Amino acid sequence: MAAYLVKRLLVGLVTLLAASIVVFSVLEIVPGDPAQLMLGMNATPEAVAALREQLGLDLPLIWRYLSWLGGFFVLDFGRSYTYSVPVSELIAERIVVSLPLAIISLILSTAIAIPVGLFAAARRGKAADAVSMGLSQFGVAVPNFWFALILIYVFAVWLRMVPAGGFPGWSAGLWPALKALILPAIALALPQAAILARVTRQALLEVLGEDYIRTARAKGMPWRYVLWRHALRNAMIPVLTILGLQFAFLLAGTIIIENVFYLPGLGRLIFQAITQRDLIVVEGVVMLLVVAVIVVNLLVDLSYALVDPRLRSRR
Amino acid sequence: MSLLEIEGLDLSIGDSRILKGVDLSVAPGEVMGLVGESGSGKSMTALTLMRLLPEAARVSGRVTFSGIDILAADEARMCALRGDDIGMVFQEPMTALNPVKSIGEQVAEGIRWHTGANRADAEARAKTILDRVGLPESRFPLSRYPHELSGGQRQRVVIAIACALKPKLLIADEPTTALDVMLQAQILELLRDLVDENRMGLLLISHDLAVVADMADRITIMRSGEVMEAGETARTLSEQLHPYTRQLALASMHVPERSKVHAANGPNLLEVQQLTRDYPSRRVSLFTPGEPTRAVDHVSFSMHAGQSMALVGRSGCGKSTLARMILALDRPTSGDISFRGMSLAGKSESELRVARRDMQVVFQDPYGSFDPRHRVERLVSEPLHLLYKRPTPTERREMVARALHEVGLGADDMHKYPHEFSGGQRQRISIARALITRPKLIIADEPVSALDVSIRAQILDLFAELNQRLGVAYLFITHDLTVARAITDDVMVMHEGKIVESGRTADVLDNPRSQAAKELVAAAPDLHRAIVRRLREEG
Repeated sequence: MAAYLVKRLLVGLVTLLAASIVVFSVLEIVPGDPAQLMLGMNATPEAVAALREQLGLDLPLIWRYLSWLGGFFVLDFGRSYTYSVPVSELIAERIVVSLPLAIISLILSTAIAIPVGLFAAARRGKAADAVSMGLSQFGVAVPNFWFALILIYVFAVWLRMVPAGGFPGWSAGLWPALKALILPAIALALPQAAILARVTRQALLEVLGEDYIRTARAKGMPWRYVLWRHALRNAMIPVLTILGLQFAFLLAGTIIIENVFYLPGLGRLIFQAITQRDLIVVEGVVMLLVVAVIVVNLLVDLSYALVDPRLRSRR
Repeated sequence: MSLLEIEGLDLSIGDSRILKGVDLSVAPGEVMGLVGESGSGKSMTALTLMRLLPEAARVSGRVTFSGIDILAADEARMCALRGDDIGMVFQEPMTALNPVKSIGEQVAEGIRWHTGANRADAEARAKTILDRVGLPESRFPLSRYPHELSGGQRQRVVIAIACALKPKLLIADEPTTALDVMLQAQILELLRDLVDENRMGLLLISHDLAVVADMADRITIMRSGEVMEAGETARTLSEQLHPYTRQLALASMHVPERSKVHAANGPNLLEVQQLTRDYPSRRVSLFTPGEPTRAVDHVSFSMHAGQSMALVGRSGCGKSTLARMILALDRPTSGDISFRGMSLAGKSESELRVARRDMQVVFQDPYGSFDPRHRVERLVSEPLHLLYKRPTPTERREMVARALHEVGLGADDMHKYPHEFSGGQRQRISIARALITRPKLIIADEPVSALDVSIRAQILDLFAELNQRLGVAYLFITHDLTVARAITDDVMVMHEGKIVESGRTADVLDNPRSQAAKELVAAAPDLHRAIVRRLREEG
């Protein structure tokens, strides 16, 4: 088990290093001098040279890479070219919106998907199965911003239960902040839940054909008990894999929903940074996302081992 | 008064009638043997008793278990019966246990469910029954997971689950088919003891007449969903009044005719010298590698052209590793193999082609060794890329047709897919695939153990005929001594990686000298011996 963990950790570190080289190189290849960009088109060459020196852009490539990489360990991602504030501050402002949003939608999507998957698998081929899989097909096909608009119309415009958009900040109190996140979280969770429910159902159906399910039934265990206690845990591996992928998406791929709800999240930050050629911000956010994906994958690998004892004792 | 009474049981799934008027009964303390070939409806009969049939199944007739009408009972009633009064053991121990639950949990679960005992009491009872089936807690703690146990040990766990609550009836569906003969003997003895201890009724389902003859008081013989004959085991099997019973008995003792003996002349076909294979074992820690496991230990032997040799031994003794090395699918740690005078050691894949062409393999599982999406023509012609000159499509077609003809199939069969054939026919296809390059040696790894007795007799005949006609040499890897006796001239007994005994097949199997060979011979079921013993017991 310890060896398994160490191995996974090392793989994660190597991935991180490789990703950092790719991200850094892309920034180098993309045309445009950051110093020139910051000072504008009319700046004198002397001023640009001075700023280049100040930013350390005149140093050799390898040296700049190492200092950039070293910066991550002290959470120094450099300064934004457009806003002239530390990138870390920009990220910190946004992550307090994006991370809770991702976590809430993930919890919601799991809470919807697993019971629906179980329900459909238990009634395979019956009307209930067809209806729930039809709904999930609909959920997969319909884009999340459409759900978002419907939700805004029903809960914000019509019922006036929650605000239609914007984020008051956590300083406004826990409840107002959560209220601003609940609709975007549902809009994000529905398509994810639809995918996850289908995966859960499929995985369960495969497991239900296994010999040990028959053994459990021959022991006198009722059908429902067998489904929950014997089948579900064995079906968890594909479900966990999809969950891991979905979390990475929910953290960074939420730009449309953020725009619909006018939320100051990471998605909008990265979008703005790209349009403004603020590449140092792009770099910082991308590296953060890489770290997040690696950490989530590590957690998924660990949870595999928790679910399946065969992975625990493997070399 | 019977414990279980089945009268006129009919079962159909869709349009196919699986069972037709089956009658069967089991008394307390009685062992009823249910024999038949695959597709005869044995397992479906068992699943009907448990009411674990597929949803589409339609059943009629009467099934009474200690006064309860099984076919009319509701699901709650059946849940109360299953695992408490009726236990069931399945054929495939490797997959019958839930891989994510410890063996303790899986045994205790049923006990808690049926008796309402608390966790500690249920675990105590689980310990007792696991100890009873030969898995004492000191060596097999309850926290073990199925993957940490061997096949035989897992089957003991399944038996413990089935017998934990001292059922009145135990249904054992091919409980030892997947195990080697030594484990089979141990499991059968365990079942017999459990019957004697608790006056439990046992419905023993098997395709192996010898096993049933040894175990059962009465026997029921089924064929395509119908009962052919039923009665006292010894009388039924010794008198063989019903033609199908006689056919089964003859097939299971079938010895193909091989008049011509290929004499040892000329250079040896295969020479194996001091062959050893080590596998790295689990690391002790991150920095300390474990002691390597020695799968094959200094094995030397030779085979001449046309010789038929058996390699027998328990599962895990190194037989298959040895075969893989001869086939150059695995590299030896040390030692040498030379085939037709050419050493295989250190040869590249292209240099090995010459050897591969003259050496082919037939595997145990005729289902698993074909790509289901390829037609027979492509499957059989696969080894042809080993030839010097690539045949033209017409030549290739002719070669496939000839190979199919040699194994008793028609040339038209080359356009079909594997699923269109029965198990025996598929094994013929895999033999055709092995024959197409005109090999000098065929290595057959348990080639008939997945087949029914009558088909197995046909395949053995085919092997014998090809040996007589084409002079192909065989290395048969098997744990089944009947097969070794039927088809081989010489035998090697393997034990813990070493060849412990070798000689003429009849000599070694009649008068085994090494401990390993003695144990193997004693454990092997033998129909003739079992009938004689039964008749003597009855006087």
